[in-house]
Amino acid sequence: MNVSAAVTVEGFVAESLATHGRDPRHLLQHLIRVQQRFSYVPDAAVEALSAALDVTRTQVRAAIAFYAFLHERPRGAFEIRFSDNITDRMLGSRRLIRLLIERLGLMGLPAWGRDLIRSDGRVSVGLASCTGMCDQGPALLINGQAVTNLDAQRVDRIADLVQEGIPLDRWPGEFFRVENNIRRRGLLLGNPATDGAALRRLLDEGADAALAEVERSGLRGRGGAGFTTALKWRFCREAPGTDRYVVCNADEGEPGTFKDRVLLTDYADLVIEGMTVCAGVIGARRGFLYLRGEYLYLLPHLESVLQRRRAEGLLGARILGRDGFDFDIEIHLGAGAYICGEESALIESLEGKRGVTRKRPPFPVTSGFDDQPTVVNNVETFLAAARVVQWGGYWLRGEGTDQSAGSKILSVSGDCARPGIYEYPFGTPVHRVLSDCGAENTQAVQISGAAGATLSPADFDRIIAFEDLPTAGSFMIFDDSRDLLDMVRNFAAFFAHESCGFCTPCRVGGALLRNLVEKVVAGQGSEYDLSEIRHIGAVMRQASYCGLGHTAPNHVLNTLDKFPSIYRRRLAREAHTPSFDLDAALSEARGIAGRNDPGAHIHALSGETA
Amino acid sequence: MADKPRVATVSLCGCFGCHMSLLDIDERILQLVDLVTFDRTPLTDIKTLGDCDLGLIEGGVANAENVEVLREFRRRCKTLVAVGACAVNGGIPAMRNQFGLAECLRESYCDGIGVHNPGIPSDPEIPLLLNQVHPIHEVVAIDYFLPGCPPSADAIWTFLTAFLEGRPIAFPYLQIHFD
Repeated sequence: MNVSAAVTVEGFVAESLATHGRDPRHLLQHLIRVQQRFSYVPDAAVEALSAALDVTRTQVRAAIAFYAFLHERPRGAFEIRFSDNITDRMLGSRRLIRLLIERLGLMGLPAWGRDLIRSDGRVSVGLASCTGMCDQGPALLINGQAVTNLDAQRVDRIADLVQEGIPLDRWPGEFFRVENNIRRRGLLLGNPATDGAALRRLLDEGADAALAEVERSGLRGRGGAGFTTALKWRFCREAPGTDRYVVCNADEGEPGTFKDRVLLTDYADLVIEGMTVCAGVIGARRGFLYLRGEYLYLLPHLESVLQRRRAEGLLGARILGRDGFDFDIEIHLGAGAYICGEESALIESLEGKRGVTRKRPPFPVTSGFDDQPTVVNNVETFLAAARVVQWGGYWLRGEGTDQSAGSKILSVSGDCARPGIYEYPFGTPVHRVLSDCGAENTQAVQISGAAGATLSPADFDRIIAFEDLPTAGSFMIFDDSRDLLDMVRNFAAFFAHESCGFCTPCRVGGALLRNLVEKVVAGQGSEYDLSEIRHIGAVMRQASYCGLGHTAPNHVLNTLDKFPSIYRRRLAREAHTPSFDLDAALSEARGIAGRNDPGAHIHALSGETA
Repeated sequence: MADKPRVATVSLCGCFGCHMSLLDIDERILQLVDLVTFDRTPLTDIKTLGDCDLGLIEGGVANAENVEVLREFRRRCKTLVAVGACAVNGGIPAMRNQFGLAECLRESYCDGIGVHNPGIPSDPEIPLLLNQVHPIHEVVAIDYFLPGCPPSADAIWTFLTAFLEGRPIAFPYLQIHFD
């Protein structure tokens, strides 16, 4: 529970500053703590932080406006956010949202940027982008904590607990249980054990030898883009700079991805060991783990792992007793911004700012955190790197394809009997994954998330590998009972919401695509609108500032090509249809003039504009 | 003479500034009347619309009559051009979209400074206003967009001559920069 009259805003901010420091780069972390404590960021906190950190009020307010989990006005003492990924919807989340709204006596439905807040301040209901619980949804966040496996009974019980004002720590523990659901283990998941062996080998054989092993392994980044890890480490190591940084990108925001959540739960030691090895190779003394806000519940666990490793001499000053090998890791929380999964936006966010992507070059390897050489790698990449240094490059090369060494961990969700985590050697065909997870009558697979590619059955023989189907790990399955346009609507709304707003092609294009898709859904779209969708999508791909805008139209362009009927069967007969209801647009004027004669109406045209 | 392309123009919810800009082509208007025949346009005061090759639309769509006229232009004209900011985006009149229609009317006809005989006009001959002002492409298909507030006379001339000669339409930079 958030409410306690005893603590003033100023007092709380002062305590946060005393505990966590006055580095302006900690602005976002202070704001997150204030938000968690008061259910919003009061003006007094803006003033206090602005003064103490020497950042302008405008910068503070800009950060609050940017991050979806920060608010200028109070949310409910119980702040509820339903995960609104298509996989949640397929599991019935919309029905459950309506049920909860009704039980709580709220009116309407929450939408992006519009939370329903009860007038007594007890509770608010809003939406969140995919919270990474796709294999155990529908899911929600309550005061930042993940609740899984929602059904009508659970929602009923949540409504009761809220009405009774029971603090979260006295809620049934099973509400907050998050399963790992590891269904297939390969090279990486086969063995979670670690005893600092990678670090010992690094110290025994030296940084050059360790980097040579990473080079030999051919390891490529697991975040999706597939940049060669050894090259990234080498560039960073050789770049001029006073300090170097290691950043673990645990901002697993791509809809349908949840493997990092599992890795951080059961394999956190190996991930941190990978970061520490990287620090040894590049010569970094500080690292950050950027944890998405949706995984707040993992924070105590990760802090305890860090603490234990410090106690074991695997982290901190004089690692394993080696003079000069000092490295420690801070966990920074995100606050609900998809764009912060992009490495330069993530660095901006680490520096306490809005997560707007940077111009590249310079790349983070030469000018990253604090404009110093920085390695940003995905959780899975660090895990693999730790094993590569421990067991050698050839170990990883034992599996995979020419250009894609090793294995890939997939997050499988949607229409299948066994959703969860599957690790496969690169080169595995899509149909193999489908049969292993018990998917039947599959109409489509959305691979690599909302920004990824839509696969039709003609693609199911293609292989998961950088040379064919690169993926960050999201694998969402749609059987033939699904209307794929529901997926398109969901993704279009997602991208319109998640655009950082910096560049026009993405900010405006995303909204236009969403509106055109909704127009088609309403049965008012025309051929002209489909050509507009293609045109706008092409402009976004070509002219957007960063990868978000480049990939945002993929889902709609892919489905237009591969599943044209989901659009065509809804088109109006006219070659062009108005973008709004002309007659309804006269409603106010009719009311004011007190008219309802035929002349006070505009009639729809019947196909004559063709 | 009958073979000359027919051109019609109209101002919907605009200020006639785009038409004034068209007139700013000055003596080139003599060349223009050699090249085209004007159909319905405020320049000729012809009120009815025939079949045309080109329709130039100034202004956005703010009332029921705008909708009717625009639809008729779409039916009659082979090519339709949105001329100027209001046709392209809604422009200045669309600033009322921030407010409710009743609020706007009350301010104009009841509460505003210097209003005599306050009261919102209501007469079947006065077209009903739409709840919001819309750009014209939200109502009918548009073939070309000529931005500017107004587009300069030279930009209009470049468009007309290129279009009439069947050339691709391209503007020198100075005709399309707005700062």
